[in-house]
Amino acid sequence: MSLVARHLEEHGIPTVVIGSARDIVEECGVPRLLFSDFPLGNPCGRPYDRGMQRAIVGHALDLLESARLPRTTVQAPFRWSEDESWRERYARVDPERLEELRRLGERRRANQARADGARSGRRKASGPAAGAGRPG
Amino acid sequence: MAGPNRPITHRTMVSYIDRTREFYAAQGYERPYRWAHFDEVPFTPLPKPLPECRVTVITTAAPWRGEAPVDGVLRGDREVWSGSTADPPARLDTAHLAWDRESTHTDDRESFLPLAALAELAGEGRVAGLAPRFHGVPTDYSQRRTLEQDAPEVLRRCREDGADAALLVPL
Repeated sequence: MSLVARHLEEHGIPTVVIGSARDIVEECGVPRLLFSDFPLGNPCGRPYDRGMQRAIVGHALDLLESARLPRTTVQAPFRWSEDESWRERYARVDPERLEELRRLGERRRANQARADGARSGRRKASGPAAGAGRPG
Repeated sequence: MAGPNRPITHRTMVSYIDRTREFYAAQGYERPYRWAHFDEVPFTPLPKPLPECRVTVITTAAPWRGEAPVDGVLRGDREVWSGSTADPPARLDTAHLAWDRESTHTDDRESFLPLAALAELAGEGRVAGLAPRFHGVPTDYSQRRTLEQDAPEVLRRCREDGADAALLVPL
């Protein structure tokens, strides 16, 4: 998504990214980022919280107007919850889940190989397994 | 005005690059994903005051199909797609995307595709209005595909719709 923002910007359309994976977006490098420090999935605010969603979109519009230089990041002034345990949750590697994760990986690779095999008649499969990353 | 100080010993911000690398390493993927990283960042100032700008929204979600996800294989559209901002779909498909299924859900479209919020702000004159279409971009493993195919296609559609600015919301 950051790549699309850069492309639009290069061709004269100003952009603002509203995102929660701050490191992925900033490492790519975008003109403007409104960072929502939330679990991945709801960068525009908690589900059904219309007030928060409206405020976050408002902050993104403010940023379109106020940024004077690329790589301008502003953090949305909201906390997801008093309970911060969500920070540890996504894609965690629990020591007791190691065997399960190893098997999950094997299954994914087998599925991918099957999908690639099914496609190979039409076009040559390219690159490593899809899913081994989180393209941003 | 200022809330309480909450001292820390580790940074609170989650690094998804680190998290993803370690998660897939544990699954036996030997080569970590190589994330896009540029030294130079383009910048275009707003061409006119924001209340005169027509704005579009770009999402990584796919059209809703109501199908169950297939274990281990990414689904979702492989092509750029568009939907009406005046009559947007109530649900979108996010099953193929990587988000925190244990902490939240994506049943509320506005939490990641804020068309109602934007329309409300447009009604108050904050922007001139929404472009007739929002756009969906596949999150492709291949950055080349995004750069050479999808990004130019999104640009073409934005221009076709006379969009002056874009909000991009990756899940």
